[in-house]
Amino acid sequence: MDAKTEQHQNIVVRFAGDSGDGMQLTGTNFTLATALHGNNLSTFPDFPAEIRAPVGATFGVSAFQIYFGSEDVTTAGDEVEVLVAMNPAALITNLKYLIPGGMVIVDTGAFNDKNLAKAKYLSNPLDDGTLDAYRVLAIDIHSQVITAVEEFGLSHKMALRCKNMWTLGLVFWLFDRDKQSTIDGLKAKFANKPDIANANIAALNAGNAYAETAELPSGIAIYKVPKAHQIPGTYRNMNGTTALAWGLLAGGKLANLGILFASYPITPASNLLHALAARKDYDVITFQAEDEIAAVCAAIGASFAGSLGVTSSAGPGIALKQEAISLAVSAELPLVVVNTQRGGPSTGLPTKTEQSDLLQAIYGRHGDTPLPVVASSHPGDCFDTAIEAMRLATKYMTPVMLLSDGYIANASEPWLIPDFDNYEPFPVTFHDKTEGFTPSLRDAQTLARVWAKPGTVGLEHRIGGIEKSYDTGDISYDPDNHQKMTDTRKAKIDNIAADIPLQEVHLGGSSGKLAVVGWGSTYGAIHQAVKRSIRQGFSVAHIHIRHMWPLPANLQELLAGYDNILVPEMNTGQLVKIIRSEFLIDAKALNKVSGQPFKISEIERAIKSEITK
Amino acid sequence: MNQAVNKLTIKDYTSDQEVRWCPGCGDYAILKTIQKLMPEFDRPKENQVFVSGIGCSSRFPYYMNTYGFHTIHGRAPSIATGVKLANPELDVWVITGDGDALSIGGNHTMHALRRNVNLNILLFNNEIYGLTKGQYSPTSKVGTRSPSTPQGSIDLPLSPCAVALGSGAAFVARSIDTEMKHLSSVIKQAHAHEGASFVEILQNCPIYNDGIFENVKDKKIAADFRIEIEHGKALIFGKENNKGIRLNKETLTLEVVTIGEDCPLEDVLVHDQTNKALANLIGEMGGDEFPVAVGVIYHNPKPNYVDDLFIQREQLRQGKESGNLNTLLRSGHTWEVV
Ligand SMILES: Cc1ncc(C[n+]2csc(CCOP(=O)(O)OP(=O)(O)O)c2C)c(N)n1
Ligand code: SF4
Ligand SMILES: [Mg+2]
Repeated sequence: MDAKTEQHQNIVVRFAGDSGDGMQLTGTNFTLATALHGNNLSTFPDFPAEIRAPVGATFGVSAFQIYFGSEDVTTAGDEVEVLVAMNPAALITNLKYLIPGGMVIVDTGAFNDKNLAKAKYLSNPLDDGTLDAYRVLAIDIHSQVITAVEEFGLSHKMALRCKNMWTLGLVFWLFDRDKQSTIDGLKAKFANKPDIANANIAALNAGNAYAETAELPSGIAIYKVPKAHQIPGTYRNMNGTTALAWGLLAGGKLANLGILFASYPITPASNLLHALAARKDYDVITFQAEDEIAAVCAAIGASFAGSLGVTSSAGPGIALKQEAISLAVSAELPLVVVNTQRGGPSTGLPTKTEQSDLLQAIYGRHGDTPLPVVASSHPGDCFDTAIEAMRLATKYMTPVMLLSDGYIANASEPWLIPDFDNYEPFPVTFHDKTEGFTPSLRDAQTLARVWAKPGTVGLEHRIGGIEKSYDTGDISYDPDNHQKMTDTRKAKIDNIAADIPLQEVHLGGSSGKLAVVGWGSTYGAIHQAVKRSIRQGFSVAHIHIRHMWPLPANLQELLAGYDNILVPEMNTGQLVKIIRSEFLIDAKALNKVSGQPFKISEIERAIKSEITK
Repeated sequence: MNQAVNKLTIKDYTSDQEVRWCPGCGDYAILKTIQKLMPEFDRPKENQVFVSGIGCSSRFPYYMNTYGFHTIHGRAPSIATGVKLANPELDVWVITGDGDALSIGGNHTMHALRRNVNLNILLFNNEIYGLTKGQYSPTSKVGTRSPSTPQGSIDLPLSPCAVALGSGAAFVARSIDTEMKHLSSVIKQAHAHEGASFVEILQNCPIYNDGIFENVKDKKIAADFRIEIEHGKALIFGKENNKGIRLNKETLTLEVVTIGEDCPLEDVLVHDQTNKALANLIGEMGGDEFPVAVGVIYHNPKPNYVDDLFIQREQLRQGKESGNLNTLLRSGHTWEVV
């Protein structure tokens, strides 16, 4: 086919279909081919809470969005230019993301009366004018697939399962991607079922050939997306969960400690348990406890015994752990608590993203229980923040909260693989001298309590949650001692501000009209919005905080250099509250809690209105 | 075993902390028994770890000159599990109360037993919440008057040993605070068991629930109210040693018989500690009709979690070059940008 070509610096493609249509697999394969093509990219899997929703139902639609191109790409994109809708339910729930003039690829074979009714379409959108504003590529993928895989003798149902690969073949052609990585992947995945592998490969090739030879309607173009200029090196696709799991293993190695990772399944945190359970060939033991309380307690027990205890959950489970975390604060034991935040409160939106546990992380628990809080801002960043959490936990003998979220956990991006030998080790030394030993000994500089582990001759001692004498570590109800211990625990955490990097400005000047201050997974959207605003001549900067507590030592002074502060967050205003209360700065909030990440345009608009008002 | 270990005495296991239980509390007797028993295990002192929850009983670790962790209410089994997973060389003891183990911590007790984590769980059952000043507990008898049940409690108690058996415990025993010899023997067997062992210790709280175990403790009458069970021995008790326990094979229930009167000696039930069905029946004896069984009620080893975990890990690691982070980071699909 002689198709026109269209140049795009960056483009957004969204695959949407039934939960059973294999959209996540399609998206992942497209992502890999795109990374190999040399584009920068960012992805956003958007799947339903229901495991197996009824076929054709709107609440069972699963989508995968990818933003890729030649420029720096830090979000999964706002405006979808190409939408693949495998059935009416996928179309009705996703059409709103498509820009006018965008392309929509539909499988007409799925637009039967039954499916239309399930999607609550009163008439067929393919011929009632609904799609007039778009370029439509309507193909009966159903019958194309059946023909393509005929020779493999699969059942009708199994044959139709290859629909996603047929569609992927077509999309590969539209974007000029190489299908080989998908073919290799299918062969490996179905090594024991060669028929299934071959049928899927045949479907992929057929979709690809169809695009090449068929008369595609006028207005359908091949998209040319030039390669990005990337830093040379070895890359891999990295999602937040894997990066975090590997960061924990790396942190354990740098601390020279074994890890006990104890957790109780909860969306979207469970994948971290799965990732580490598959890595027991490294120095980690994974323990699926009977609940979140048992999980954090097992981690604390392991830390007492000389391993590094790590526990992980999402908001509801973190709430359950808080009493035990207070014990770890009181007993001054290291512990890393990972919170992969999700939409709340209560069960809320388990598969959707939100940043509403910042206050829980910093101020949760009972009593005066300060602890460091670190937040990851994008998938690859999880590797480094996990290492940082472990460094702080072991150096200061304290629990540390590490915040990720559902978006970061599932999103992926090309990751320039670091050389692990360049990471600075922070090996733990256990106390072993009996002379003058008390469990209350502290490092004069860090104020960290000694770590003397069971099994060490002559250091038998007792610790616990009752207030302890500053001098001996024995139980003490003395009023002045409690004041001193409370002050010491606070000073220990406050001191950490001197041991973390100064806050940098990620984009823009170190003073100006407006600083947009963010944390966590809003990084990409803020970055792009600020970049576009700067291009348009606005005086705006992007500051993204990683150390949420204690805050970087220079942050107050830095923020004072801007006329206005805008804090976009996927909550009702948590960091903004902290900035206002800590620094007495009149920071403004920009909030969104729809379960969807910020769009670049939403932040851009807020920047403009803040500067021009 | 090294000489120094053999020479340890009760003194070596006694900490410098002043013991703060009420005068006459059964916890004193239990503490003494365990401090005295420890040297007999012939294990390095530094490998002994006592983990407790919250309650009068949970103060116990402070008084042992070993490693100890006084944690939070109900969670000792979980913390102890973490200790054992981090270092399987340690002997890990859990000291808990009836409220700690069976109210707030019921879930953790159940799962530690089910998993068969190698822990020695000692439950001090005084049928009351001692530390919070005497509210009734899940083991309190119906009608227990307490600050929170001034008209008497109305909910049925549970039997700790029945809960343990139901949770799949492979070692379940019962003993009495002041019976040093009996308690020592039971704890010794519990310690020797590979896996979770569960020992219920009937403990008198003279302040809030005084005398509830008097029948089984008072030398003058105890013979009629308690039965000391032993594997392979007939279930015989009574001042005259003429009462026995018989299994009614039709109703599958136990009955008290008088030997030589309504039952020949051969028909008296012989204790088989590996028989779970019998253990369930014997463990629940008590009340007006039956004597309370003390001794090892059930002992039938099964695979334990910690051993299996490390075996699995070893198998996984065999023939693998593991631990190299650079290898991990470069595993799977990667590509070069030049
Ligand atoms: C989370 C929490 N809830 C409640 C308490 C209060 N509390 C402490 S001990 C206890 C009951 C203890 O009873 P038991 O376990 O039988 O121990 P005993 O004092 O009888 O030895 C309660 C309710 C607590 N410390 N923590
Ligand atoms: S209240 Fe009862 S259980 Fe607690 S120390 Fe006093 S006597 Fe012992
Ligand atoms: Mg009690």
